[in-house]
Amino acid sequence: MHPLDPLPLAASASNLLAAREQMAFTLGFHIVLSCLGVALPATILVANYIGLKKGDEAAIELAKRWSKAMAVTFAVGAVTGTVLTFEFGLLWPHFEQRFGAAFGVAFAIEGIFFFLEAIFLAVYIYGWKRLSGWAHFWSGVPMFVTGIGGAFAVVAANSWMNQPQGFTLDAAGKVTDVEPLKVLFNPATPYEVPHMILAAYMVVGFLVASIYATGMLKGRRDRLHRLGLLIPLTIGLIATPIQLFVGDTAAREVADHQPAKFAGMECIQETGGHQTEWLGGVCTADGVKAGIGIPDLDSFLVGFNADTEVTGLNDIPQDERPPANTLLHLAFDAMVGIGTGLLALGAWFAFVWWKRRDIPRTPWFLRIVSITGAAAILALWCGWIVTEVGRQPWIVQGYMRTSEAVTEAGGIWFTFALVLLLYAAIGTIAILVLRSMSRRWREGGADPEAGAPYAPQEEAYGQ
Amino acid sequence: MSKADAAAAILWVGATFYALFGGADFGGGVWDLVAGGPERGERPRALIQRSLTPVWEANHVWLIFVLVVLWTAFPEAFSAIFTTLYVPLTLAALGIVLRGSGFAFRKSIEGLQGRRAMGATFAISSLMTPFFMGTVVGAIAAGHVPAQGNGDAFSTWLQPLPLLTGAMFVATSAYLAGVFLVGDARRGGDEEMERYFEHRALGAGVVAGALAVAGLFALHSEASYVFDRLTSQGLPLVVLSLLCGAALLAVLLRGGRRPLRPLAAGAVVAVIWGWGVAQFPYLLPTSLRIDQAAAPDPTLTIIFIVFAVAAVLVLPSLGLLYTLAQRDLLESEH
Repeated sequence: MHPLDPLPLAASASNLLAAREQMAFTLGFHIVLSCLGVALPATILVANYIGLKKGDEAAIELAKRWSKAMAVTFAVGAVTGTVLTFEFGLLWPHFEQRFGAAFGVAFAIEGIFFFLEAIFLAVYIYGWKRLSGWAHFWSGVPMFVTGIGGAFAVVAANSWMNQPQGFTLDAAGKVTDVEPLKVLFNPATPYEVPHMILAAYMVVGFLVASIYATGMLKGRRDRLHRLGLLIPLTIGLIATPIQLFVGDTAAREVADHQPAKFAGMECIQETGGHQTEWLGGVCTADGVKAGIGIPDLDSFLVGFNADTEVTGLNDIPQDERPPANTLLHLAFDAMVGIGTGLLALGAWFAFVWWKRRDIPRTPWFLRIVSITGAAAILALWCGWIVTEVGRQPWIVQGYMRTSEAVTEAGGIWFTFALVLLLYAAIGTIAILVLRSMSRRWREGGADPEAGAPYAPQEEAYGQ
Repeated sequence: MSKADAAAAILWVGATFYALFGGADFGGGVWDLVAGGPERGERPRALIQRSLTPVWEANHVWLIFVLVVLWTAFPEAFSAIFTTLYVPLTLAALGIVLRGSGFAFRKSIEGLQGRRAMGATFAISSLMTPFFMGTVVGAIAAGHVPAQGNGDAFSTWLQPLPLLTGAMFVATSAYLAGVFLVGDARRGGDEEMERYFEHRALGAGVVAGALAVAGLFALHSEASYVFDRLTSQGLPLVVLSLLCGAALLAVLLRGGRRPLRPLAAGAVVAVIWGWGVAQFPYLLPTSLRIDQAAAPDPTLTIIFIVFAVAAVLVLPSLGLLYTLAQRDLLESEH
């Protein structure tokens, strides 16, 4: 090919877009499943504990059902997580090539946690029948610990991409020395890790609660549904206020350390004090249009003082500004908005519970709870959009551009299309399977999971 | 042994475990695929399902372990391999997704049609992953992956040695699974299934052996460096593998009830380490040496620590899982 031929550059720009879209999609899919891996074990163990301690059969039944559902979601999460591991090499080989020696440390640690989680999850899920009650309960406790440990390690790696440190580069840009503790405990770790772990507990709490709220709205008001609502809802509602505090701290840290990301998500065009906090709207080069503006609030939130100077995009070099500012701004607002709404829901629930030890009588309470699962997942995605799109054009903030990391390999649009189709099918089947499991539990019919996978029907279903 | 060599050894340990346990899982899928119609295949499929269900996810983590150690300890090699062999690697990953989800869904989906579709997905993809993983290993051994990466997307692995290696991986997986399932059938007192998988293990072992011989010829013409060292420094391991394989065949043919698993595992482990010895000191023969590709020392130290923790925590836990599974304390049907 002629050296001046523009094709390679065009191909690489196209690769970058395709690779980013594929990464975003596969990560967005997997992150929901990893929330289940991180926080569902604790939810199950709470039900299991209540069941054993109080001899509550409904609680035991819930723990059993949730662990069966987890068998499905963990399997899909394990394979979609493997896809992400492959994507580090298939989409971003130069990222690994240059920085694998530094941030790979976090993934090596994650490997241990994932291993232990997979092992104890299997013991717990398949140990219901033959292990004794408390032995079985304790076999599940490692899932809870390793879920949190794994989340710590993976999110520490992402934090490092936001605030990289703990490595030395030579003149050629090769990593020559690494300080693993500094990599793991980079300045973004203390807020990003708890932010994600709490997000996982919120997603799982509200998702599971929303399923039982839907059931109760359909008139299923037995003890099983009541507990199935209360246990996860309580977990989600406890996580929410802590999450808002952590998130608020995180936003201030981002304003300090990643001013371009902060300017993007708040759509701040000009550096200065007395910045208006805009809710909603469209981000343009002249600031937010069609949003609700609260004067001075942005500056106040960043520095507890209306005079606080906040960096605007005008002070960020053109080629270091994050793209898609309206998307960033709305994603940030949606995340905070959903979190605030869930906090209000928690206050309402806590007040009524304190008054008369029951959930609010109005059907609106259950109706709202029934959509909190979807809302929490939306907030989760918005948060990842803020942190990932907001860091662009960097893959490693200040050190490596995403465009330098992307593969030169052909066919990325093709694999992206394939992944879209494949994941759509897997997502659909997973939901169908979970729904049919739930229907079978309700009808209390024979368990088709017994017997051979697809033996003649009368044998498989007849016992 | 230098630190870099020790890290490479850890990589090989991970690859060995993945080949043994992940390989046996894939092999289970192969036997599921060829088990015949619903009536005829009912009992073998039930046995495969029972054996695989509690352990396949844990077994699968060895692959993650290998990939993570590779990119952390040898980032240049990781990048070279992934920018060159992205076609077979993508296909292997596709197989992993289809296989895991197909297997998980098959148990719980309603209706015979759905189950058969999921089962077929699981079984066919069980062929895909070991085959394409094999082509990757074959292409590396043959020296088709350039150190700077971006080797040709097709001609690097569409060669006799990588393709033969892929076929050999499939046959070896089936062989391992056959031997493991003989043990599971014995434990369950199911003599018919014991015979059933004995015959299949035997067949797969013969096919794997024949492919290995053909592979040696391809190795001779395509990868002279590895061939020369495999037939000198690596020779004891090759001989050991042959002895294990021959002993296993003898036991199977005479219908003895001696333990088969150590022999099957020994045959496979000896080949993997023979390959390692033959490649040494190269990670990518003959363009990238282990010491050239290695990450800085502190990173390697972390890999050692992680490995030590894995040895102290993960191996006993895996032992517990296998023990519980082997004593039938874990029920795949809940």
